Amino acid sequence: MKIAVCIKRVPDSETRVKIAPDGKSIDEAGVKFILNPYDEFAVEEALRRKEKAGAGEVVVIALGPAAAQETIRTALAMGADRGVLLQADRIPADGLQAATALAAELKAGGYDLILFGKMAIDDYNHQVGPMVAELLDLPCVTTVAHLEIENGKGTAEREIEGGVEVVEFPLPAVLTTDKGLNEPRYPALKGIMAAKKKPLDTKPTTLAAGGLDVLALMPPPERQAGKIVGEGAAAVAELVRLLREEAKVL
Amino acid sequence: MSRVLAVLEQRDGALRKVSHEVVTGARRLADAFGNSTVDALVMAAGAARGADAVGGFGADKVITLTNAAFGSYAPEGYARAIVDRVKAGGYDAVVFAASATGKDLAPRVAAQLGRPLAQEVTDVAVEGGAVIAIRPVYAGKALLKIKIAGSPAVLSLRPNVFTPVQRPKAGAAETASVDGSAGRVVVKQIKAAPAGTLDVAEAPIVVSGGRGLKEPANFKVLEELAAAFGGRAAVGASRAVVDAGWRPHADQVGQTGKTVSPTLYVAVGVSGAIQHLAGMRTSKVIVAINKDKDAPIFKVADYGIVGDLFEVVPKLTEEIKKLHG
Ligand SMILES: Cc1cc2nc3c(=O)[nH]c(=O)nc-3n(C[C@H](O)[C@H](O)[C@H](O)COP(=O)(O)OP(=O)(O)OC[C@H]3O[C@@H](n4cnc5c(N)ncnc54)[C@H](O)[C@@H]3O)c2cc1C
Ligand SMILES: Nc1ncnc2c1ncn2[C@@H]1O[C@H](COP(=O)(O)O)[C@@H](O)[C@H]1O
Repeated sequence: MKIAVCIKRVPDSETRVKIAPDGKSIDEAGVKFILNPYDEFAVEEALRRKEKAGAGEVVVIALGPAAAQETIRTALAMGADRGVLLQADRIPADGLQAATALAAELKAGGYDLILFGKMAIDDYNHQVGPMVAELLDLPCVTTVAHLEIENGKGTAEREIEGGVEVVEFPLPAVLTTDKGLNEPRYPALKGIMAAKKKPLDTKPTTLAAGGLDVLALMPPPERQAGKIVGEGAAAVAELVRLLREEAKVL
Repeated sequence: MSRVLAVLEQRDGALRKVSHEVVTGARRLADAFGNSTVDALVMAAGAARGADAVGGFGADKVITLTNAAFGSYAPEGYARAIVDRVKAGGYDAVVFAASATGKDLAPRVAAQLGRPLAQEVTDVAVEGGAVIAIRPVYAGKALLKIKIAGSPAVLSLRPNVFTPVQRPKAGAAETASVDGSAGRVVVKQIKAAPAGTLDVAEAPIVVSGGRGLKEPANFKVLEELAAAFGGRAAVGASRAVVDAGWRPHADQVGQTGKTVSPTLYVAVGVSGAIQHLAGMRTSKVIVAINKDKDAPIFKVADYGIVGDLFEVVPKLTEEIKKLHG
C-alpha cells in the first residue's frame, strides 16, 4: 500500500483570535501551531493500512511556509515514512489553489490511497480533498467515519443528516477523514527521535492565480449579554412568556 | 441579465426542506445582481415530490434531471450533470446547501469548473457585479469576508441561516433525462435514524444536554422536552457526553461536532466551553439552564434559568405542551 496524506499546519483550536493590523488575517504572535486535528485521523488511518498490508509507504505532504516542516515532523514522529514540503510564502485562502499545487505533486506518485482531513480547523474550507480528486480524476468519498478495504475495493461510511451513508468505491481513491474513524496515536519518544532522521524534501512552490480576494477578517458580532430570568422551576412561566412575546420564537 | 442556479436536494424522492433555504439564498443573490432569474435544479430518479413548491420561494424555473442512478446521491453523476448545465446555461452563481451532500458535491463542481468555492456561507451580497460572501472561520471566532472574482461564483449556504421567504415566481417546470452512469462511487445503502428524527444541524429547535444530565438514561428528560415542540426539535449533546458514550457523535454540537444555527437553542447542564460555543453561537435565541450561575454558557445565552435541570426541564416541557395543546 502506497499512501499519501495531505496535512495542514493550523493554529491550535484554543487560540484566541486576534486580528492583525491588515484586517485580513490573524496576528500570529504567540500562536501555537499544530497538525490539523482531522489530518491526525488521516495519518493514523494510513499507518494502520500500511501495518495491515505488511508493506508499503506513507508519505505526508504539506503546502505552506518553512515552519510547516514542524507539522511534517509531527506526522513522521507518528510513523509516516517521509515528508514533502511544498514551500510557499503562505497558505492560500482559495482551496482550489492549494488543491492545484497538491495535485501536481500527487499526480505521478502512484498512490493507492490519498487521504485528507475533512476540513482544516482554521479556514473551515471543507474542499481541498474532493478538489484534488477531481483534478486527478480519482474516485472520492468525503467525511469517512468507518472504512473497510479488500481486494482493491473500499466500503466507507459517512454521516449524513439523520443517518449514515454506506458507499462503495474502487482503489486508487481519495478519502477525507472524520472524527470516529480511529483514535490517532501520540508520537512516542522513539518516534520523535526517529522522525529527525526521516527524509523531508522541500520543493519551492509557486501558487497558481486564485479567484478569491479576502476583504476582511472580522470578529463575530458580540452576543448581547442575556438576562437571568430567575431561579428554579418558578422561573419557567416567565421564560416561556419571554420566548413568545419578546423573542417570538415559540 | 444574470442567472443563478440553486441546487436542490431530495431523499427517497422527496425534496429536502433545506432546498427552500437554498432557493431563498439564490433569490437573494439574484435580487442583489438585479434583473436576474433563479433556476432550481434537482437530480432524481423520477419526479421529485415537492420540487414544484420552490417557485413559492423565488425560483423562476425548476429543472429535474433524471437518471435511474440518481435516486440516491451519486457524487460523480450529480457533479457531471450540474457542470454540464452550468457550462450550457451561463450562470453567474451556483448555490448549494452546506449539507452533508452539498459540502461533498460543491467542491467537485467547483474544481471541474476551475472556480473557487466558498463553503458554509452565512451572508451574501453583490458589489460591483462580484459576489461577496461572509463565512465563519476559526471555529466561529472570526468571520471572513471574501470577494469571488469572475463567474460563476460557487457557494454553499449554512443550513438554518437563510430562513425561507415566500417570493412567488413562475416556477415553470422542465424535466430532462441525463445519460451516463452514476460513476465509480456508489451509495449502497442509507442506514437511517428512526423515522421522524431530525438532524441537529437542520432542526429549527435544538435541546442540548451535557454532563449535568448525570447519566445517559436522564436524556429522556430532554427527549420529552424536544417532543413537546411537536417534531420541530432535535436533541443535541456536548462532547463530554459523546465521549462518555451516552450519546452518538452525530448529535455532538461544537468544534469537533456539528455547527448549528437553530431559531432556538436550549443548553441544559452544559457549561459552555469555547469549543461548544463554536458550534452554536450563531443560534438565533439561546436559553441556558444550569445550576451554576457563573457557568460561561450564561455569557452567550439570551435567557437563563439558574437551577436544577431535573426541576426546571420537566416544568418547561409541561408549559410548552400547554402552548401546543
Ligand atoms: C480540541 C477540542 C475540541 C472539542 N470539541 C468539542 C465539541 O465539539 N463540543 C463540545 O461540547 N465540547 C468540545 N470540547 C470539550 C469542551 O472543552 C468541554 O470539555 C465540554 O464541552 C464540556 O461538556 P459539558 O458542558 O457537558 O460538561 P461540563 O463542563 O462538566 O459541564 C457540566 C455543566 O452541568 C452543570 N450541571 C451539573 N448538574 C446540574 C444540574 N443538576 N442542573 C443543572 N446544571 C447542572 C454544571 O454546572 C456544569 O456547568 C473540545 C475540547 C477540545 C480540547
Ligand atoms: N496547505 C495544505 N497542505 C496540505 N494539505 C492541506 C492544505 N490545506 C488543506 N489540506 C488538506 O485538505 C483538508 C481539508 O482542508 P480545507 O479544505 O482547507 O478545509 C485538510 O484536512 C488537509 O488534509
